[in-house]
Amino acid sequence: MSDVVVIGAGVVGAACAYFAARSGLRVTVVDRGPVAAGTTGAGEGNILVSDKEPGPELELALLSNRLWRELAGLGGFEFEPKGGLVVAETAEVLEALTGLATAQADHGVEPAPVPRAELPGYEPHLTQALAGGVFYPQDAQVNPMLAAARLLERAPGARLLTGVTVTGFLRDGDRVTGVRTDKGDIPAGAVVNAAGTWSGQVAALAGLELPVLPRRGFILVTEPIAAGPDGPLIRHKVYTAAYVTDVASDSAGLSTSAVIEGTPAGTVLIGASRERVGFDRTVSIPVLERLARQAVALFPMLAERRAIRTYCGFRPYCPDHLPVIGADPRAPGLYHACGHEGAGIGLAPATGHLIAGQLTGAAPELDPIPFRPERFAA
Amino acid sequence: MNARDGGQVMDLAIVGGGPAGMAAAVAAAGAGLSVVLIDAGARLGGQYFRHAPEGFHARRPGALHHGFQRYTRLSDALGARGVEIRLRHRVWAVERTTGQAPGTAPRPGAGTGSADGTGTAAGAGAEGTVVVHCLVGDRRERRETVAARRLLIATGAHDRPLPFPGWDLPGVFTAGGAQALLKGDLVVAGRNVVVAGTGPFLLPVAAGLAAAGARVAGVFEANGRFGLAPAMAAMPGKLAEAAGYGYRLARHRIPYAGRHAVIAAHGRDELTHVTVADLDRDWVPRRRRTIACDALAVGYGFVPQIELATQLGCATRADRDGTPVVSVDAGMRTSVPGVYAAGEPTGVGGAELAEVEGWIAGRTAAADLGRPVPPVPGLSRRRDRLAAFGRALQEAYPVRDGWKGWLADDTLICRCEEVPYSRIKEATALGAVDARSLKLLARPGMGWCQGRVCGYAVACLAGEDPQPPRRPIAQPVRLGDLAGDPQGEDPR
Repeated sequence: MSDVVVIGAGVVGAACAYFAARSGLRVTVVDRGPVAAGTTGAGEGNILVSDKEPGPELELALLSNRLWRELAGLGGFEFEPKGGLVVAETAEVLEALTGLATAQADHGVEPAPVPRAELPGYEPHLTQALAGGVFYPQDAQVNPMLAAARLLERAPGARLLTGVTVTGFLRDGDRVTGVRTDKGDIPAGAVVNAAGTWSGQVAALAGLELPVLPRRGFILVTEPIAAGPDGPLIRHKVYTAAYVTDVASDSAGLSTSAVIEGTPAGTVLIGASRERVGFDRTVSIPVLERLARQAVALFPMLAERRAIRTYCGFRPYCPDHLPVIGADPRAPGLYHACGHEGAGIGLAPATGHLIAGQLTGAAPELDPIPFRPERFAA
Repeated sequence: MNARDGGQVMDLAIVGGGPAGMAAAVAAAGAGLSVVLIDAGARLGGQYFRHAPEGFHARRPGALHHGFQRYTRLSDALGARGVEIRLRHRVWAVERTTGQAPGTAPRPGAGTGSADGTGTAAGAGAEGTVVVHCLVGDRRERRETVAARRLLIATGAHDRPLPFPGWDLPGVFTAGGAQALLKGDLVVAGRNVVVAGTGPFLLPVAAGLAAAGARVAGVFEANGRFGLAPAMAAMPGKLAEAAGYGYRLARHRIPYAGRHAVIAAHGRDELTHVTVADLDRDWVPRRRRTIACDALAVGYGFVPQIELATQLGCATRADRDGTPVVSVDAGMRTSVPGVYAAGEPTGVGGAELAEVEGWIAGRTAAADLGRPVPPVPGLSRRRDRLAAFGRALQEAYPVRDGWKGWLADDTLICRCEEVPYSRIKEATALGAVDARSLKLLARPGMGWCQGRVCGYAVACLAGEDPQPPRRPIAQPVRLGDLAGDPQGEDPR
């Protein structure tokens, strides 16, 4: 019998499985699809501290940042500790940005203000029409699909069942004692709901309400761009300060801000759009046009580069924009690890670490109360 | 200029100027519709009617085509009926708006053109507009949009190659590529050519190369030589065509071997020889020998180009050989109101079937827009017969699993992203159990061609039928062009 069944083979589920297995638990991971096929496979691989205001999510991001650096030692996936450059178009925005950086600096973030004249030293191809920026050396990028697959591979003794759909829970009174699937029952001492954007639906199978909803995002991908004599054309993760307000925004309508970065494959990824349209995959050409416009405004040389594909994904968001991590007192034995919105890649290791700690009774490294699942109950 | 703001809304836009699109344009314009025919090429005709430009002074432009008279007739009819022809227009996206003028419609929250749209409602509730997004010209292209009340997808098919060691060497062509060079540019792929793969298309390729002066060292058909004989008995025309090719191969003394395949190509910088093996029923190689050659034309069938249909959410089905094709009714209507498909996108069946489907689609579109269309007896029956022949073809010339055994660890599966077979195996071991997760973990299909070349092979290696393509950007588009909307901030 398994000590724990993890529902979801995305990066969060993989991190939960990895840390639980490392703690000596027997782990089974089930996913209705293959590895990393949901939101993990539709993102950019962001590991950011820069976009978070002081508070519980920043604490989680800092812990995660440290853990990602350790996990990178496992090898087998791309991890680039290249740093993030946040830029401001106007003096007013720059003032707000440096204000945020000052506050972050008191909480373990290491921001470095970059005056306008020094921006080309960081990114030679950046537009000159900027007021300045802040560099965040802790920001990093990872190939999230390979990272999830490798974490599952390196989780000692973990069993991975793909193509298995959870249809319900095994119960003993209120207690959750395993999962029912289309391929048979899997009894377990505990179950972790790491089903990402679909976690609310999984929770509903246990009769629980968990308000995790999709927030759609598109990413444009360019043709591979060869590195120049002094390195890649775009060296860091570069985004406009508007991204920070977009991330925190409650708007249901479309918001976009430029988030641009290169990848080891030579392609440049261009984000980020946010809109609440349910699980609709219909491509929106106006969104692609806006992303292109913002990218070209930031890096004029991109105008001559071609977009060769685009993809969209569904960020799992909660009403208060905080993830759901921990035991659910409404159903003993059930744990949630979901609702990370656009930060699931970055926050995965800390989430897995917290879940493994709760499963084994270890003292938490940070206060888990803000992430408790029952906080939405009326 | 991006003309989304602008111009006239045509009755019917047709994407693809091959036999299906040309016939549909003639039929629809003949029934009184305003028609715009859009094609990426410099000349109409598609692959089948491909021909050299006039500047080439080909002595007899029809010499390479038995269907050239049909082309000329269609071409003349297009002119006579005032069809607007837009060449060198590559379509990178199509959009459908419901009920409002193009460019002003808000996108509905969900389910635009969803696959469960009613199948035959095209006549009634389809007062939407289709916007066709084009890139015009070659290097310094510009964006242009074409708006129409109805859309016909007649985008044909492309080659379906299988990877094998050495298939990326210069001198190795797809069968369709070799044919296109010959027909379109009057260029012979090599002096000493081997033709291999499966299907009757290998015959005209070999015959054409031989007629143009190449020595064809052999045609190697991986399936049996006479697989199609039963189906042909019922199709005298096809039988005569096959007999004609048989005669031409014999006249040029070209050996034609069944259950043989080229399983490797060799050469340092370019092709110098190939390994040919005879195969068992599952395509597992038995005896091998090498044949010297400077060109190899190889093809294992065709992949219908249906990405514009899947962009719009048209329902698809698996064809007889598992290939995803667009579902259509007897009038060539797709599941999305106002959108039709004809030719290879509805199932690979060749130029003759494509042309018949084009006639039907053009007439249906006209009828759905209220034009009187007199019946043509026998048209549907002809389509059914030709489509049945197309299915028989797929059954007679399947791709068998044994080809996977031809691969070496370092054989590139995806050439755009340089993904060798070993990485595919590694991704499978990591939990990639379908083509999409193979792509996510190992990158096949993420490059320039977006999996058009390797998609079929990757699906086979994943152990599944190929899935309908997801290519929201069907052609690479410069970010500057994508950004450059003359309307400024988009009102939508």
